[in-house]
Amino acid sequence: MDADLIVQILFAAIKTGTPLLFIALGEVICEKSGVLNLGQEGMMLMGAVVGFLAAYGSGNMGFGILAAMAMGSIMSLIFAVLVLHIGANQVATGLALTIFGTGLSAFIGADFVGQTIQGFQPIAIPLLSDIPYVGRILFSHDILVYFSFFMTALLVYVVNKTRIGLTLKAVGENPHAANAIGIKVLRVRYLSVMFGGAMAGTAGAYMSLVYTPMWVEGMTAGRGWIALALVVFASWRVGRIMLGAYLFGLASIMHLVLQGLGWSISPNLLAMLPYVATVLVMVIIGADHFKEKLLAPRSLGKPFNPRNMA
Amino acid sequence: MKKNNPISRLELANITKQYPGCLANDNISITLMPGEIHALLGENGAGKSTLVKTIYGIVAPDKGDIIWDGKEVSIKSPSVARDLGIGMVFQHFSLFETMTVSQNIELCLSKIQLNKIGDLAKRITQLSEEYGLNVDPNRYVHSLSIGERQRVEIMRCLVQSVKLLILDEPTSVLTPQEVSGLFNVLRTLSKEGCSILFISHKLHEVTEVCHKATILRGGKVVDTCIPSEETPATIAKMMVGDLADQDAGYSKKEGTITVFNVTDLSLPSKQPFGTELKNINFDLKAGEILGIAGVAGNGQDELMAIISGEDERNVKNAFTLGKLKIGHLHAGERRQLGMAYVPEERLGRGAVPDMSLTENTLLTHSTGFVKNGLVQWQSIKEYTSELISKYKVKCHGEFSEAQSLSGGNLQKFIMGREIGQHPKVLICAHPTWGVDVGAALAIHQALLELRDQGAAILLISEDIDELFLLADRMAAVCDGYLSPLIKTEETNIDQIGQWMAGTFINTAVQEAQA
Repeated sequence: MDADLIVQILFAAIKTGTPLLFIALGEVICEKSGVLNLGQEGMMLMGAVVGFLAAYGSGNMGFGILAAMAMGSIMSLIFAVLVLHIGANQVATGLALTIFGTGLSAFIGADFVGQTIQGFQPIAIPLLSDIPYVGRILFSHDILVYFSFFMTALLVYVVNKTRIGLTLKAVGENPHAANAIGIKVLRVRYLSVMFGGAMAGTAGAYMSLVYTPMWVEGMTAGRGWIALALVVFASWRVGRIMLGAYLFGLASIMHLVLQGLGWSISPNLLAMLPYVATVLVMVIIGADHFKEKLLAPRSLGKPFNPRNMA
Repeated sequence: MKKNNPISRLELANITKQYPGCLANDNISITLMPGEIHALLGENGAGKSTLVKTIYGIVAPDKGDIIWDGKEVSIKSPSVARDLGIGMVFQHFSLFETMTVSQNIELCLSKIQLNKIGDLAKRITQLSEEYGLNVDPNRYVHSLSIGERQRVEIMRCLVQSVKLLILDEPTSVLTPQEVSGLFNVLRTLSKEGCSILFISHKLHEVTEVCHKATILRGGKVVDTCIPSEETPATIAKMMVGDLADQDAGYSKKEGTITVFNVTDLSLPSKQPFGTELKNINFDLKAGEILGIAGVAGNGQDELMAIISGEDERNVKNAFTLGKLKIGHLHAGERRQLGMAYVPEERLGRGAVPDMSLTENTLLTHSTGFVKNGLVQWQSIKEYTSELISKYKVKCHGEFSEAQSLSGGNLQKFIMGREIGQHPKVLICAHPTWGVDVGAALAIHQALLELRDQGAAILLISEDIDELFLLADRMAAVCDGYLSPLIKTEETNIDQIGQWMAGTFINTAVQEAQA
């Protein structure tokens, strides 16, 4: 294997890992506030189809991305109202959101299947992209990949260094105590859930505008679920999510790599790799209950209703 | 502010709060002067918690005025209360375990306050020295003891320079030594003009530290007094009304033969912030109550879980019931051999919240009421209503859901259910925690009656007075170690207090090494 091939593999791993990175960044914020949203797949699909339609109709890619973000937020707002306000079960509601999003996106996009648009072009960052190897791996991508770099850095800073991060952590750990010291728990949770929705929408737009610039029913192929595993894998730490996303990205393209090397393994078997990896990660982490309990936000999945605080 | 300032710090006028089915506060009026330590007394359900939550802005009153420093105010939320200068230390602490002390305190402060303070960690250290609180700003809260956590809560209020500090049962989780430390802090604060509202069940503490006391019963103010002129007994009379033949002082018994034995029990914790049990040995005799004292979180929960079988790890040789090794049996098998449990957590462990009392009875009486594989509902219903009347459980009937009962009533029911199985060994944790004086008395008598019938009782409690009242022999746990056992008549509160703080551990470790 020569250096050139390795550079190409790593470049592709980042590209493939980017949608995972977007959803997982959104989900980790959502979970840090104590809300488990299993509707990622549905929000992502809705983001993908609406982003595609908006870009196709207007001819403006930026508009497509904004529309996808807005759609993701709207989907998550539905979820938020149901679980935060009405107190519906988070797991069931999240699953319903995924089923809803899958069906609705297929319906909306039915007439546009197979249409293509001109996707984002890569932008090589001057100077940085000239660095041997690294420049080609990291700095010759399209604008959304750079946006994901920026979001990761921003969230690492916000979560670990600012008061907003501290508030988020407080709400996720002990909403009752947070309420008692005057933090508006529901507001924090609404905003976190909607941030998660916007990021899932962005991930969907990345799929339909950049990764494969077209709309196909169910095109996210379970990435929303992988992202959920990714959050656990990263033990709710934002920085680690980036690493995890690229590792999963690498697993997803392994079948292409091995085929390129002339290995004769069925591509169908190899295409399973990211999903097998997900299961393995969950098993390994799940085996250590002690650690999982220590790291997970304490109130994850538990409803909180300030009106019940008598 | 000077102490002789004629303007009251806080005046409550005719505060009324109605909950569905219960008038929690009925025309309550209280006045607090600057620097006054004011006790709020009353049985459970007397309306104390509702009242302080009203002051702190968590509960909105239906009627009544709150006058703060001579001006009428409306306290809509805890942040409004804090801006006025009201701080509250909750019974269940509102701290975040995965954060440092400094971060916990920062979360309570507004941007303006933070800017005024500047370096928060430095300010904490400085206040800590000034008041003798001994709080390290950089430690993580989960590594702190209960007493330390309480000091962090108090620190949280001090940093905001409070004028009124509300403490909800602050001493229930502290060792006697920690309690006297707390009182010193309160006295210092009082001298500086800070008013303190102090809720407690422990009357001797009230007479020791408070300037004034207001006694609530059934949501009404029934009396006020100057505690230093009263005795705990006279105050207790005001609290419960007529039925106060408390503090009878029960006779002590000596156990006969050992029925339950714990040998070399060592067990790592399963929970991240749990306590490891370290080489625990004791014997429990028929016809005695063995009391285990200790501050919460020193291994009581872990000990209870492994003895009851709820913790399913195999410790075959550690437990002997009669001559049988039972450490490998599961909870149901241990129950069938004559062991019974009253866990600390009533709803969820002691009873299933949304099942009726009848069904909850069936849960631990499975053998008696099942014939040919069918449940005998009629007889179990009758049995349940017998329990209800015998233990004076206030409820609508045997069909009431467990969660509809108040804590004290549910506890009476659970005690009755367990005692009704005529166990050889009864393990019970905090049997009267949060239970009012009348119900506590009933529970005490039920326990003593069971002991006199020859059962062996292990009583785990944080209430040291209760242990002295009931236990025939005593020990204390600290950090997962169990102290030596001693007859209650041969010890005193100081020694047990020191054991609770762990003074026996060094000698125990040395002996183990020798």
